[in-house]
Amino acid sequence: MYRRRVLPGFGLSLGYTLAYLGLIVLLPLAALALKASGLGLSQLLQLLSSPRTLAALRLSFGGALIAAVFNVLVGLLVAWVMVRYRFPGRRLLDALIDLPFALPTAVAGIALTAIYAPNGWLGQWLVPLGIQIAYTPLGVLLAMAFVGFPFVVRTVQPVLEAMDRDVEEAAASLGATRLQTFTRVILPMLMPALLTGFALALARAVGEYGSVIFIAGNIPMRSEIAPLLIVEKIEQEYAGAAALGVVMLCFSFVLLIVIAQLQRWSGRWAERST
Amino acid sequence: MRTTAHVSRPVSWQRRALHVLLILAVVCFMSVFLLLPLAVVFVEGLRGGIAAFIDTIGQREALASMRLTLLVAAIAVPLNLIFGVAAAWAMTRFQFRGKALLGAFIDLPFSVSPVISGLLYVLLFGAQGWFGPWLEQHGVRIIFAVPSLVLVTIFITLPFVARELIPLMQAQGSEEEEAARVLGATGWQMFFRVTLPNIRWALMYGVLLCNARAMGEFGAVSVVSGHIRGLTTTMPLEIEMLYNGYNEYDHIGAFAVASLLALLALLTLAVKTLLEWRYSDQIAPHTPGGH
Repeated sequence: MYRRRVLPGFGLSLGYTLAYLGLIVLLPLAALALKASGLGLSQLLQLLSSPRTLAALRLSFGGALIAAVFNVLVGLLVAWVMVRYRFPGRRLLDALIDLPFALPTAVAGIALTAIYAPNGWLGQWLVPLGIQIAYTPLGVLLAMAFVGFPFVVRTVQPVLEAMDRDVEEAAASLGATRLQTFTRVILPMLMPALLTGFALALARAVGEYGSVIFIAGNIPMRSEIAPLLIVEKIEQEYAGAAALGVVMLCFSFVLLIVIAQLQRWSGRWAERST
Repeated sequence: MRTTAHVSRPVSWQRRALHVLLILAVVCFMSVFLLLPLAVVFVEGLRGGIAAFIDTIGQREALASMRLTLLVAAIAVPLNLIFGVAAAWAMTRFQFRGKALLGAFIDLPFSVSPVISGLLYVLLFGAQGWFGPWLEQHGVRIIFAVPSLVLVTIFITLPFVARELIPLMQAQGSEEEEAARVLGATGWQMFFRVTLPNIRWALMYGVLLCNARAMGEFGAVSVVSGHIRGLTTTMPLEIEMLYNGYNEYDHIGAFAVASLLALLALLTLAVKTLLEWRYSDQIAPHTPGGH
């Protein structure tokens, strides 16, 4: 209570925060909630059950899942090399990891297309080998992996940096091989960070739009993602768009809660290990 | 490195070979996966030569898109800056019920797909939306006009500054501010002489990321813009319209405008790295986030 008397601005700052959040975030969310609740469950399911919508949802969620797994594997390797080894150009590469966060998605989208299109920089060599990436679901995966790439690296890196090498030495002196040390000692300690990075990358990839639509070719039933379908539905009728939006938003919220739990878990983990 | 203090086994040539192999794998992967897209933007943008490049970005529509992007960022970023400071002040200096919930709502725009962010505002202000009919009667246009571009950009970039400030101000504590008050400073004196200098680098860091996102946002503005060329197309939308045009000249134009945004991204990364490197103790340990 003492503190509240000494420091000013409680009413002003909290009032402003609540008013701003209410107008910018809560009011629009309420509009979506009301639109969706006006539909009713049966109508909602009906709007979502067309084969085209189901295919788009499958690609968005399934593709994001695969891209996030890819990001975990590659992100772990990149984080490991960045923390444990020293080599010329390391700092530059380390700064470059955040490029997918900084590069506008439309720019990333047309750049990836220019690389992997059949007449593109790499596409002209890959397509004769039978590997077509642009305008296929593979292109969607690639764009999703690109935008989600920094998450796993950036969640794993600090944990790896803080990790006490004594543990590894102890494992080695007790007769563990390098591989055993990695799978039994290092990997369990990295697990919360890896899972957090996975969930963040997944959340990002599911909702991604800009970088995907250029390379996807957007063929219905094949390479059309759910966010694009929302955009198309807005132009016809709001109900269908709102139904799809609610499904994706609910998924994001569940994931958000999972991420918060994971971060609490990894925080506890860090406290215990120090 | 700490390991030098330990008695470590001599590194066998197999392990050294593995190290080199892993480093090479990572360098090759990142070159193709990250560096190549960046290079492509500049090379394709300059394909027609410098003169053509300047000619393209000097087009009336391109210039209009740049002005609009700057305008949107110039409104959205300062508003979110003030919001971030106010939210961080309330969250870190006072105890109140529902604080965790408030924190979750501040973070929320990061977990909403850009397209859905746009959808939210269409449902609010669109022709079939909540306020749509009323707005139409009074001749106010929000959707398919500049106000909606500003609104969705504010929504998308709302968490950046607050997220940067909250952990830092939490860690700094309020002793210095309390001292200033006890010594007789007014509230604003305390804020400008104590609080602001303490958080300035973190503030700059947050503004940097907020601005990069505001200028580069595509999905959300695409939904509400209506794509009226020269009027409601920001730079990312202008890229899309040029790219989907039919002749090759437009293709080069798309990459020319894109290379300006790529330059902004590089500049952002450079300043960000510099801030992390130089003032790591005065900015919060950063957790990645956001769409």
